[in-house]
Amino acid sequence: MTATTDWDPSKPILEIENLSISFFTRLREIPAVMDFSCTVMPGEAMGLVGESGCGKSTVALAVMRYLGKNGRITGGSIRFKGRDLTTMDDGALRLIRGSEIAMIYQEPMASLNPAMRIGAQLAEVPMIHEGIGKEAAWNLARQIVADVRLPDPDRILKAYPHQLSGGQQQRIVIAMALMSKPALLILDEPTTALDVTVEAGIVDLVKDLGRKHGTSILFISHNLGLILDVCDRLCVMYSGEAVETGAVAEVFDRMRHPYTQALFRSIPLPGADKNTHPLVSIPGNFPLPHERPPGCNFGPRCTYFQAGRCDAQKVPMVPLAGGGRHETRCLRSAEIDWDKPPVAAKAVARTPVGEVVLKMTDLRKYYEVSGGLFGGSLKKVVKANETLSFEAREGETLAIVGESGCGKSTFAKVLMGLETATSGKIMLFDQDIQDIPIEKRGTDTVSSVQMVFQNPFDTLNPSMTVGRQIIRALEIFGQGANDAERHDRMLELLDLVKLPRAFADRMPRQLSGGQKQRVGIARAFAGGARIVVADEPVSALDVSVQAAVTDLLMEIQRKNRTTLLFISHDLSIVRYLSDRVMVMYLGHVVELGTTDQVFSPPYHPYTEALLSAVPIADTRVKKRRIVLEGDIPSAMNPPPGCPFQTRCRWKRQVPGNLCDTVMPPIRVLTGDHQIKCHLPDEVLAGMEPVIRVAAQ
Amino acid sequence: MPVFLIRRILTMVLTALCLTFVVFYLTNLPPNLEKLAKSEASSRMSDADVESWIERNGYGRPVLVRYGEWLGLIPGWTRTEDGVTTGRCIGPGQDAAAAPLRCGVLQGDWGFSTVFKQPVSQIIAERLGATGVLMLWVMIVMVPASLLIGVLSGMREGSRLDRGLSVFSIASTATPEYVSGVVLIALFASTSTGLSPWLAEQGWISGKTLFMGTATSALDSGITFWNFSLPVMTIALYGIGYIARMTRASMTEVMTAQYIRTARLKGVSFGNVVMKHALRNALIAPFTVIMLQFPWLLNGVVIVETLFNYKGFGWTLVQAASNNDIELLLACSVVAVFVVLMTQLISDIGYVFLNPRIRVS
Repeated sequence: MTATTDWDPSKPILEIENLSISFFTRLREIPAVMDFSCTVMPGEAMGLVGESGCGKSTVALAVMRYLGKNGRITGGSIRFKGRDLTTMDDGALRLIRGSEIAMIYQEPMASLNPAMRIGAQLAEVPMIHEGIGKEAAWNLARQIVADVRLPDPDRILKAYPHQLSGGQQQRIVIAMALMSKPALLILDEPTTALDVTVEAGIVDLVKDLGRKHGTSILFISHNLGLILDVCDRLCVMYSGEAVETGAVAEVFDRMRHPYTQALFRSIPLPGADKNTHPLVSIPGNFPLPHERPPGCNFGPRCTYFQAGRCDAQKVPMVPLAGGGRHETRCLRSAEIDWDKPPVAAKAVARTPVGEVVLKMTDLRKYYEVSGGLFGGSLKKVVKANETLSFEAREGETLAIVGESGCGKSTFAKVLMGLETATSGKIMLFDQDIQDIPIEKRGTDTVSSVQMVFQNPFDTLNPSMTVGRQIIRALEIFGQGANDAERHDRMLELLDLVKLPRAFADRMPRQLSGGQKQRVGIARAFAGGARIVVADEPVSALDVSVQAAVTDLLMEIQRKNRTTLLFISHDLSIVRYLSDRVMVMYLGHVVELGTTDQVFSPPYHPYTEALLSAVPIADTRVKKRRIVLEGDIPSAMNPPPGCPFQTRCRWKRQVPGNLCDTVMPPIRVLTGDHQIKCHLPDEVLAGMEPVIRVAAQ
Repeated sequence: MPVFLIRRILTMVLTALCLTFVVFYLTNLPPNLEKLAKSEASSRMSDADVESWIERNGYGRPVLVRYGEWLGLIPGWTRTEDGVTTGRCIGPGQDAAAAPLRCGVLQGDWGFSTVFKQPVSQIIAERLGATGVLMLWVMIVMVPASLLIGVLSGMREGSRLDRGLSVFSIASTATPEYVSGVVLIALFASTSTGLSPWLAEQGWISGKTLFMGTATSALDSGITFWNFSLPVMTIALYGIGYIARMTRASMTEVMTAQYIRTARLKGVSFGNVVMKHALRNALIAPFTVIMLQFPWLLNGVVIVETLFNYKGFGWTLVQAASNNDIELLLACSVVAVFVVLMTQLISDIGYVFLNPRIRVS
């Protein structure tokens, strides 16, 4: 475009200075971002990190000047290639949007027009900005689709968004952003809705493309590991302000703001362990935008807080002595001994493991779905669970790991009795329950197997007080002789999950996500549950809250000797808290063993890829990068032979076409470590660890 | 698809059976039959004569048997009296031996209207044609107008345009046809009140009124702007408001969707966002509503056709009901069921073409 000619490429491509953004409601003005500054150089990848509500997405949308009806930029400037975006009119903005600045969004499905073919959506971009014809635009689209490594571009261009998988959709959104070779790419949590192995592929793609075209990147994420992977510099945000900014390595190794430090201490890194090195959660809650404290926003939750000083005046951003554009918003950055280890929460002894309480043998769950577009007679069978066998003992944490569609939720449903098994056995204590649906189970059985759900926002009744909901659970489980007794028991449960007793009279909407999840936990334990299935209990929560909720679960488990079945896709947290790990892929258990066995070689090839895909926020960790090709096959149409053979990088090491034809048997390696793989022993023995922690 | 169609058609037949039975039962209650006897034979009959008339004309037997006859499943009644055989299927002057055994709906014999003295099938075909023409014009006016209003007000929620159009559509949908019809007649079709006298005075219209207050002439001497505007307007006004509200709701929802943001941030202009990205998605919901309007129109035509004296299906229905014309009423109800379920079927299939995510099953 014409305006780009008078811009000097050695100058910053994006300069945000003292930006303030407010949202205006009928009641009040809500400041969302205050005094935010950051600079992105050409070819640089800048990360914006923070918890939900800290204003990072607002900054991104402000760069696009898309704040909706209520949002307004109240101060500061955003200069893109030297031109101020804040004063630009609609026509000029339209020329920049999509051609010079492009954005990639969190939910790929929602960001694509469901009623338009992929090709039309892609071709639109050059047709608007470069004024080229339809034919040429489609050709360009085909080329870019191939560039983002999607197979069979012609078929994809003609498809509708719903016909693609999540990973493919996100690649299309990326392709759309690249159609006009933008100078700045904004990615707003681009991989949050995707599986880890898919995420790894997308991250690689973004990095490569950034390097190839020299595109600057503004990468927004709550995941510190991803930021380390992708970015050169980062900016940590807290409650509408940037609190620390600098080069990634600098900030990760020499953090100079208490919030950054607290954030790193609350995420499970290799080496953290629930018994010896527990996580340190950040006390208190994120302040609401209109209830921010005076002075430092992080003050009330900060361990280094000094009354009279930190809350006296607004804290400015100050550059640090070391140089390298490392800045912090802390008055005491020079006084604090940053290398002092955290006041370690007391280490606790490992809980001894007791009797077998749950035993599954050869459990299968098939679903029948009617196939055919117009009710044809073809019936298809979805094999959600195939020959699932394992035991869980009292007081043990068994993690069930796998990506979406691997059958982990089906397994939970069958165990809970929401579905009955197709075949196989489930022994709960001393009872066979595989054929008994939940409505026919006795109160005892129901109350002893309970569940903590993934999304605390949807699982509480919005029109019932918290106390009432817990009492309702107590009534159903037949606890307590009368209302008074149940009320007392409810208050005890609130104590158990460390919620103030006053919360009994609150409505769920008055609670934060972490608090709601605690209510969910209290409800699960209301009937003295002995087995708790936790289905991704912390994945919807912010990192600082995750640690607290995880620790709470661990503590209750220790106290009650509960068996915890922890379903998760997050291997960091699994490594932190589980005793044994079961890895699932397409309904099969591909690996089962203690946490140490699963996390060190020999691996199942899928476990290896999964481990490699998890981003780790630690500069000392060196990982081997293994990116899986393609998507998870559909459970409706699984590949013959080994379920993982379509994506396995070790397949060549197996003699003959064993992988293509024969389902691998379960092999028991040393010490009850089970693996479902055809690889010969010497290959397994020769595997190298995926993650190495460099010596300190 | 065939399975789906067959299932739908079976539902349709079943619903028609249930509904016609209810109508059949109600129209064949004893007081109705008595009235029928008096109107057909003589209004000064004694009770005993009525009894025997009912018995002689086959109305005396159980309801289910007669319903079966009407359907054509059970052979029609015959009676031989004084050597002359009369019966349900024997027309006046027809030889009893040549008459068919069964005569009912299944044989294509819908009966004989006692009011119009014509075969029912002929009346229905004629009147339905007339109503079809009216409906066609209503749709031509109503659908584009309401979609336009809905899209215009939905694309910028809360704007002045939105509020203005919303007031109009709420007002129009809150006014029933019998009110708006009368108001429109008073405004445009009266020689003494409303606009017409003033317009005539100015010399802007050649006739005495702007529009005509009756649509009878439309059937005889063809449809003109003059005789057809008011009935069409009256029915369309009600539907316009309703469909526009639905379209607006769906449009406002679509305009907040993330893919609209994607399109905006691609640099697509607002007009193109509305036309290319929002419109098709926003039309999915109102499409069902529009199809639901067809059966509703049947309801509207009853009032409007009576009001404007347009001899269509609705007018016939009113005549049949008020004159206790059993067979005509039954035929009307079958037609109504057919129209309702047919439009549902069309709407379900049309949905598939609008929304690529839906597949019929």
